[in-house]
Amino acid sequence: MGFLIDGFNQLQTWLLILLSPLNITEPVLQFMLVSAILGLSIYLTLYTGMFSLANGGFMAIGAYVSVLLTQQAGWSLSLSILTGMIVAGIIAVPIGLPVLRLRDIYLAIATIGFGEVVRIMALNFDDLVESFIKWMVQKEILFDSLISRAETSDMLDITIRDNGNVRVNFELLGGARGIKGIPVMAETWMLVLFLIIVIYFIIRLHRSRLGRAMAAIRQDEQAASNMGIDVVYVKNVVFVLSAMIAAAAGGLSGHLTRIIDPSNYGFDLVVDILAYAVLGGTQTWAGPVIGAMVLRALPETLRGFSELRGLINGLILLGAIVYLPSGLVDIKGFRGLVAYFRNNRTQRKEMVKDNANT
Amino acid sequence: MPILELKHVSRHFGGLLALEDVNMIVEVGKVVGLIGPNGAGKTTMINNISGLDHPTNGEILFQGQAIHKQTPHKITQIGITRTYQNIRLFGDMTAHDNLLIGQHARGRATLLESLFFLPRYLEEERTLRQRATELLAQFGLEHVTNTLAGTLSYGDQRRLEMARALAANPKLILLDEPTAGMNPTETHELGEQILRLRAMGITILVIEHDMSLIHQVCDEVYVLNFGCMIAQGTPTEIRANPLVIEAYLGVDEDSRSPRLHT
Repeated sequence: MGFLIDGFNQLQTWLLILLSPLNITEPVLQFMLVSAILGLSIYLTLYTGMFSLANGGFMAIGAYVSVLLTQQAGWSLSLSILTGMIVAGIIAVPIGLPVLRLRDIYLAIATIGFGEVVRIMALNFDDLVESFIKWMVQKEILFDSLISRAETSDMLDITIRDNGNVRVNFELLGGARGIKGIPVMAETWMLVLFLIIVIYFIIRLHRSRLGRAMAAIRQDEQAASNMGIDVVYVKNVVFVLSAMIAAAAGGLSGHLTRIIDPSNYGFDLVVDILAYAVLGGTQTWAGPVIGAMVLRALPETLRGFSELRGLINGLILLGAIVYLPSGLVDIKGFRGLVAYFRNNRTQRKEMVKDNANT
Repeated sequence: MPILELKHVSRHFGGLLALEDVNMIVEVGKVVGLIGPNGAGKTTMINNISGLDHPTNGEILFQGQAIHKQTPHKITQIGITRTYQNIRLFGDMTAHDNLLIGQHARGRATLLESLFFLPRYLEEERTLRQRATELLAQFGLEHVTNTLAGTLSYGDQRRLEMARALAANPKLILLDEPTAGMNPTETHELGEQILRLRAMGITILVIEHDMSLIHQVCDEVYVLNFGCMIAQGTPTEIRANPLVIEAYLGVDEDSRSPRLHT
């Protein structure tokens, strides 16, 4: 394993030198890889015909769970990310069962709602626990064990004034400030490895019974159920898988940035993830991967244009959507585009010829 | 022995009675026709049998087992498949892949087995692919094996849908207007295909407007009009039944007797 990682680091150094004209530094590359993983998580649901935008919420769950496990409990990175994935997968089941009965834009709205619930829970978790402990202290429930816990733990602080007022201070998720001082444990090769594992998983999925059932459900849900496909089951399995991939992306990115806070996982993120899939195309898994990488690299690459950067970035995206409506990774679309421009050119030449003749 | 039995089945959509107290018995190994004017409730009945819709009242029994509350995929698993009036193939997939999906209920390999190429997955995949190829040959579709189903010719799409219904190894196939849009030669060929299925021991319930096909293949015919079963008998009996003629052609205002008889 050791020499493989060395080899990879060599490769990465050369890659970064090659990419340096595009302004892609290692943190940017890491950001691109995390985005690619997120793109694959939404690809799974879109491929099954589910317009689910819950990925941001599951990413937050994965990030918070794994960061708490490494930072507070001292677990290893791989084990805590795996636990984050499992927790997200378990939470996905009771969410998916009722919500996946919805379709299209209604499903999108319900899943955005889920993401907001997660974000607001993370924001207010400490306050909730604080008021709960305060209530327990006032009612003298488990009083002694709470007080002794407060004396030993730096998370919990209980002061009881002479006039009977109770002050409780609890800090775990840090509210809007988030969790700080996370050890930077993730490395680029881990992101690459995980991305490759997910891609392999998806390639095999497409060649399995479940993968074919997913494609069938996207095209015609009723006909799929008449083929003997348990539509509810397949949809929920895919939702869980997608949640787990998003949670892994959260865990990995949490250990890259030193700090996580609830605003990282809001509606903006969900829109970004959807944009990866739309820009890259959802016909193959390569679409969201390429879409995510391009979308993340573009603002850096265009740094040279300074204040025109945002404008040019927007124009490139607009052009891509207009001329390649089914995504950047669309062989047919590229051929069509080439043919379109070639035809135009020959037509123009003919017009020139005609004009010259007359 | 009946394979399918409908007992007092009703289906109401609000105030509209799509089916009203329908009784029907389909015997094992027979080809049974279901005819009736447009809007008579034929497709509603097929939807109720295949589990896409559920009756308001009454019972549907398949091999003595009540199925009217089952989900569609369970009904497919116990042996009923169908085709649709407006073809519903998986258009973005090849003809071959459509037949793989059609065999979904027969597969057992899990995702884990396919992830690591375990023997059961490989074995199963081989048998499924082989069966798909056989079915394509049986329906004369070898030339379109790797063509996207959505781009096939109309007749090929109809044939592929029938092959897909057969792929799950059903005991009963429900055909919803299989010859719609076909010319007489194609219709006759399809009739022979239906008879071949019957020879394989498969029971068939077919909705049809084409009386020549009904005569060619059906052992028994049921007639539905405004949600009610108005007649039942052999194709010849049905053709002579005044109620049926009235339902299809209307009655003479003066005599209240069927026009065809005058």
